[in-house]
Amino acid sequence: MINSKKKLVVIGNGMAGINTVEQILKLTDKYEITVLGSEPHPNYNRIMLSYVLEGSKTIEDIILNDLQWYEDQGITLYTGKMVRNIDGERKRIHTEDGLEIDYDLALIATGSQSFILPIPGKELPGVIGFRDIADCTAMLEAAKTYKKAAVIGGGLLGLEAAKGLVNLGMDVTVVHLMEDLMERQLDREASAMLKAELERQGIKFAMQMQTAEVYGQDRVQGLRFSDGSELEADLLVMAVGIKPNIQVAVQSGIETNRGIVVDDLMKTSMPDVYAVGECAEHRGICYGLVAPLFEQGSVIAKHLAGADTEGYAGSVVSTKLKISGVDVFSAGEFITAPEHTVIVAKDEWKRTYKKVLLRENKIVGTVLFGDVSESASLQKYVRQQTLMTDEIYGQLMGTGCSKDGAKTLSAETMADDEIVCGCNGVTKKAIVDAINENGLTTVDEIKACTGATRSCGGCKPVVEQILQYVLGDSFKSAAKQGICGCTTLSRDEIVAAIKTKGLTTTREVMNVLGWQNDEGCSKCRPALNYYLGMINPDTHENEEDSRFVNERLHANIQKDGTFTVVPRMYGGVTTPEDLKKIADVSLKYNVKVVKVTGGQRLDLIGVRKEDLPKVWEELDMPSGYAYAKSLRTVKTCVGSQFCRFGTQDSMGMGEVLERKFERLDFPAKFKLAVNGCPRNCAESCTKDIGIVGNDGGWEIFIGGNGGIKARLADSLCKVKTDDELIDIVAGVMQFYRETGQYLERTSEWVERTGLEEIQKAVVHDIDNRKALIERIEFTLKQLEDPWKKIIHNADSRKNLFEVVTPSMV
Amino acid sequence: MIKHAEWLIVGHSKDFPNRIGRTIRLNDKEIAVFRTSENKLYAVENSNPHPKGGPLTESIVSGHYIYDPLRDWKIDLETGLVQDPDTGQVKTFDIREDGEEVKISL
Repeated sequence: MINSKKKLVVIGNGMAGINTVEQILKLTDKYEITVLGSEPHPNYNRIMLSYVLEGSKTIEDIILNDLQWYEDQGITLYTGKMVRNIDGERKRIHTEDGLEIDYDLALIATGSQSFILPIPGKELPGVIGFRDIADCTAMLEAAKTYKKAAVIGGGLLGLEAAKGLVNLGMDVTVVHLMEDLMERQLDREASAMLKAELERQGIKFAMQMQTAEVYGQDRVQGLRFSDGSELEADLLVMAVGIKPNIQVAVQSGIETNRGIVVDDLMKTSMPDVYAVGECAEHRGICYGLVAPLFEQGSVIAKHLAGADTEGYAGSVVSTKLKISGVDVFSAGEFITAPEHTVIVAKDEWKRTYKKVLLRENKIVGTVLFGDVSESASLQKYVRQQTLMTDEIYGQLMGTGCSKDGAKTLSAETMADDEIVCGCNGVTKKAIVDAINENGLTTVDEIKACTGATRSCGGCKPVVEQILQYVLGDSFKSAAKQGICGCTTLSRDEIVAAIKTKGLTTTREVMNVLGWQNDEGCSKCRPALNYYLGMINPDTHENEEDSRFVNERLHANIQKDGTFTVVPRMYGGVTTPEDLKKIADVSLKYNVKVVKVTGGQRLDLIGVRKEDLPKVWEELDMPSGYAYAKSLRTVKTCVGSQFCRFGTQDSMGMGEVLERKFERLDFPAKFKLAVNGCPRNCAESCTKDIGIVGNDGGWEIFIGGNGGIKARLADSLCKVKTDDELIDIVAGVMQFYRETGQYLERTSEWVERTGLEEIQKAVVHDIDNRKALIERIEFTLKQLEDPWKKIIHNADSRKNLFEVVTPSMV
Repeated sequence: MIKHAEWLIVGHSKDFPNRIGRTIRLNDKEIAVFRTSENKLYAVENSNPHPKGGPLTESIVSGHYIYDPLRDWKIDLETGLVQDPDTGQVKTFDIREDGEEVKISL
């Protein structure tokens, strides 16, 4: 059989080559791939070497692809092979040890090496670069025997090496030619703050010093500077830059300059030979950072797979210093020029510095020190040259009274073993590893792979931050995502389709809209059932099999499989007669715990499933819906009936509202509170709708939440009469029912929709309010007590609740 | 000693509706029975393989998979295997319809 696959030979087994291969494999299987690597190791993450040195990671931790991976992908891997040249005529690659390999396409990804200053003594043992595992091991070894280290180079790599050596217990001096540290990434202010911080961490500096010579007998003993002064050192790390590895190209007659010259498709001057990563020079630039190589690799992959690509247009580079506790970030243009508009904030007490450069009001560059929590968004703005607006300004610079409170700890300073997802015990390291090992790019993929964010979802922002931090420039805001893994359609598209196409069942929705999974999943089925019911309240038949157990059995499932029953107590008010009944039933059915809930109701915990219908029947009270995406409770204070401060009858209003809107389905659980006076004893600030009575009327708050992501409610409006209050409440509820995404709480909904938009729809636009009220009234008419229904329906009682105890044949 | 498969009658066909699980209790053992939309019956031990256990009967059924009610684990009814990212396996039992009788073999 003729092998129709083209032979792709990759020279270089580093991050650039293998990342490109990974991207190719994702797009096409039409290549038979061979990889030639000079190092004896499998592919590892070079940017993590600083962590190895720092001691927070081991070499094993930073391996990206182990040997099994190459096997699984059907890639032939040669390690320890140096390539001599490429014969472009015969399309054949020659290695130093005489191997000949034919290719159809070749990719040079030979990377770079440390630039070693051409000074006397540079060959002495103890003089190393900081580039690969061997250098890293050499430093770790040296620290065991020697005390004094010098690092030449006050750039990113030099400082990371210095910090690593300090951590290893060495006395470290950084020698820098220039006046400022990291002068190619930072402005003078940030640089000075960085130097002060690093000095605090134990690094010494010899600034504006030019090294003339390395001296020593059998090993390096010290440096001599051009002014004649000396510095003792048993270990010398040169971190003054990198030199692209271009020997292969030179030997093969491929055009080189500083690096291997490539065009926008990353093609070299030799036909069918490409170059990627630090060995390549694109439009005069050799990149020494990892982000650009991902972008270059993606262009090559698309091109080789025959997909459309606009080609590579260069990268906006950004810098982050990988030293724990020192947050430095820069991107784009950072040195102030006359044409720039500069926004700057310096805080010497908090030791933070923030600078954003604008050109013609576009964000073109930034420098951050001390607090880099805005780095991901700034990087995006710089890349897209976003226009500065009041909103962005507020986000970046704060308005003096930040509503969000303390910012989330930036992902990079978080310790590896810190738990990100508290529900599922997923650490930062597990997420970072999953991203690196599986090439994940979205939160959903991380969820599927690690379980993080799959329970309460409260950690999603942090997971996003980690994703941005690991992927850097290659992070793109998530591709279009549907409501679940079964579809790419959004909530709005689905709702629109249900309306225009007149769809009536979840099955129909999934068939007509091309669900990838015929019967959907536990995410989309309950959502579709809700949307269908919201759109067609009179005709939609609730699908029990598409509801979560709590809403199917009308009780809360507990971890042991028993259930909790919560009798309705309107406004949190009950009677001695009802309490007596509750006590009797609890005793009769052996309820494990009777607990007062946060919503002022009684939890009867630990009822067996088969007892549920009997418990409800004997209680003879409506269901409290404490389990449902529905109106749960209306919490109240004592109010004007008894309280000496109460100005309004909160208990009475609470009861009215709860009776009116009970059993109504919402996108998520829904809670109310009514207070008789501004003392707010019923805590309306953390409710979906919070109502506060005052002398002469009510003030209505919306979007509060005390749960996963606490949020104080926003003031929606003030009303004078009870009727107006009920109207506005109905309007808000229906507007949320119609526009909310399933499982989206009002706290998120208010932020997404905008308070003004809601005020417009419900408060100001009277006609619209009327229409909303009409629709909610129509829906309310269709509702009935599910328990009464079940108690009188033998079939559902049997099929849903009864347990079968069979007999032997 | 030769062991014959013992089939227990656990109910009538109509006792097992589509995509709604039912619990069968035998002495101290519980079995969750599901009928899929393709009208196939499956029986698995009514206990999540998660260390803390939990019932499966109340799962959401999709094809021959269920999503468990406590942790949303996806479990294949055919093999009992828990799907990624979670791991584990739940015990499965033979179940068949004999006329209108539903029988299970332990």
